Amino acid sequence: MDARESSGSAPAQKATRDIYLPPERRKISGGDTTHISAKEFSIYYGEFEAVKRVSADILSKYVTAIIGPSGCGKSTFLRAINRMNDLIPSCHTTGALLFDGQDIYGKFTDEVLLRKKIGMVFQKPNPFPKSIFDNIAYGPRLHGVNDKKKLMEIVERSLKKAAIWDEVCDRLDKNALGLSGGQQQRLCVARTLAVEPEVLLLDEPTSALDPKATAKIEDLIQELRGSYTIMIVTHNMQQASRVSDSTMFFYEGVLVEHASTAQLFTNPKDTMTEDYITGRFS
Amino acid sequence: MNIGTRKILDRSFTAVGIGSIIVMAVALMIVVVPIITNGIGAVFFTGTVEHRKMLFSEFKRGDSEGLSSEVASSERYRAKVYEMLTGFEAELETMAPEKKAEYKSKYAQVRAALQALLGPLPGDSAPMLTRFKYGQTRWEKAEEKLHDFLYESKWDNSNPDVMSKEYFVSRAISFQGTSLVKLFPYVKNNLEYMLLPEFTVYWGFITDSSVDSHFFGGIWPEIQGTFFLAVGAMLFAFPLGVVAAVYFTEYARPGFLNSMLRSANSTLAGVPSIVFGMFGLAFFINTMKVSESKSVIAGALTLAIMILPTIIRAAEEAILAVPKTYREASLSLGSTKWNTIATVILPAALPGILTGGVISLGRAAGETAPIIFTAAVSVGSAIGLADVFSSPTPALSWNIYNLASEHEAASQIRHVQYGMVLALVSIVLMLNLSAIVLRARISKKLKG
Ligand SMILES: Nc1ncnc2c1ncn2[C@@H]1O[C@H](COP(=O)(O)OP(=O)(O)OP(=O)(O)O)[C@@H](O)[C@H]1O
Ligand SMILES: [Mg+2]
Repeated sequence: MDARESSGSAPAQKATRDIYLPPERRKISGGDTTHISAKEFSIYYGEFEAVKRVSADILSKYVTAIIGPSGCGKSTFLRAINRMNDLIPSCHTTGALLFDGQDIYGKFTDEVLLRKKIGMVFQKPNPFPKSIFDNIAYGPRLHGVNDKKKLMEIVERSLKKAAIWDEVCDRLDKNALGLSGGQQQRLCVARTLAVEPEVLLLDEPTSALDPKATAKIEDLIQELRGSYTIMIVTHNMQQASRVSDSTMFFYEGVLVEHASTAQLFTNPKDTMTEDYITGRFS
Repeated sequence: MNIGTRKILDRSFTAVGIGSIIVMAVALMIVVVPIITNGIGAVFFTGTVEHRKMLFSEFKRGDSEGLSSEVASSERYRAKVYEMLTGFEAELETMAPEKKAEYKSKYAQVRAALQALLGPLPGDSAPMLTRFKYGQTRWEKAEEKLHDFLYESKWDNSNPDVMSKEYFVSRAISFQGTSLVKLFPYVKNNLEYMLLPEFTVYWGFITDSSVDSHFFGGIWPEIQGTFFLAVGAMLFAFPLGVVAAVYFTEYARPGFLNSMLRSANSTLAGVPSIVFGMFGLAFFINTMKVSESKSVIAGALTLAIMILPTIIRAAEEAILAVPKTYREASLSLGSTKWNTIATVILPAALPGILTGGVISLGRAAGETAPIIFTAAVSVGSAIGLADVFSSPTPALSWNIYNLASEHEAASQIRHVQYGMVLALVSIVLMLNLSAIVLRARISKKLKG
């Protein structure tokens, strides 16, 4: 629970943020700020409503897990947050999705700037076919860092944060595709961290990894908790209960239950949630 | 299906596969081997002293002392021939008039055959055309000419039901009883000493300009012209094609106009090249007036239009083959669309784009029809880079066609024609090979 404390002890940030928020939304519990907030938010693929009128508040610097059966709209919801769904022409939304109180789908929102603040790690590791260094430096270069020394600093810091520095420090100039799957995934995390986002979206980041690599990623999430707002989609109940502070349960596009992880896993309010987490249906 | 049938099926498929590969290889051999063996003859051949004389006086190449001693030795043997000729000419004057008339025309033929073999004879006026200034420069040609000298060709059309047949009459027999009869065995036995054949490697075939419309010299103007045209076409078509492909794949909204544009592009890829040739003449030269008349630039533009659809399609496919995940990764890092295309998509698609480009380059180098009306001339010297806007150029593809069909003495210079074919085939093969190597290298770099 240190994370809560540490996030609470960032008053400067909180103050600036609170200006954007209506008073009733400012605090959910224990003095936390809402970082991302959905209001009656629906996502459609053409006619098909994949996410249905979701209302939820994602707390700043917490880890939020998203669970639910396959096809229930977890990825769709997650990808909506940094507008990755823009790549799908048929996809459109209704309702509001706020980030720092500003509508993500607002007319004047700069999605490029938004994505810089909301980083994403995908289910399948997707490093660029470039060197490890260039992979990490890609984001910073994009945002105007060209000084070689500074880039090196960022690369080292990011790789260390992602707990992969020791494994790759002697082959930064080698192609990233030569790394193992687990290493590639941590590299992708490092690449995202190098941009210094505020939010980290993780879509089943460990589904392609073996238990050892999975443990490393989970450790990593623990490390990052308190410094970033993290949202993680997972099919693994243990993982959700291990790494997250609060959990959202989706079913067929509907947000069935959203509560603190401890509560959702020990004392779910909804019978459907209970059925799901006890494995009575998948 | 039981194991037995499955195995038989597998085996028969393997057999059919191997069989078709063998058929393909044989077909390739049948095409390529004669091209190579004939084409090589343009550079490696048995040259005569006439060839060395020609090189010395036309290109100032060779060592003059060695040459003059060679010429002296060959002249020693030739002197005897000239002697016999003057002897016979004197004899002619003493003949009865009708006999004289008969022999005179035959003698004229003998002289002509000798000129072809040895070059101008004493007493001839200096020839205007370079081709007549020298005897046979290649030994295998000299042997052909020797046959022409020894035998008179006649046509047998006694039987009207069959095609007339060629037959040969020994000239020695027609000159039986005159002093000239000794000439024929003499020339036959001493031709080697008169022409001094020796193995020759003539790299100049690649680097020299031609002399007297390809009778002598090399094909450098053609090679350079082909290079200018193909590279010029590439300079226009490649950037344009890649930009168009990026537009089609990344920016164009799906819809009627877009699908129309795409099918127009596909159709264009199948249009016969002569149509592009006419278009080039009508549009670039007559309408746009990029040049007064034929010019390299007009030809390059026409070729560019011809290869553009291929480049667009190859680039489109290469771009579409780039994994979607690269795009997602880049965008999720806060990259703009344009930046993603420039730094991630295009580099990843580069092998495919380059392959399409190089194959198109090969096509541009090989096409004849588009340049007939826009850029090609049959004979000319190598043009400078500054002249590409105003002057036409010879080019391999066009000159091969020209030598094969329109040249006034095509049969005399088959070796030049084959040499050009070999040069063109080598250029295209080399381009394709470099595409493969380039692709492999970039792919390796991308795969790590
Ligand atoms: N590009 C798309 N076009 C149309 N429908 C889509 C598209 N992507 C997803 N869907 C549909 O939207 C619904 C939600 O999909 P989503 O990928 O968000 O599920 P998910 O919860 O992430 O599933 P999983 O756990 O299998 O990853 C599914 O019914 C799916 O078929
Ligand atoms: Mg998913």
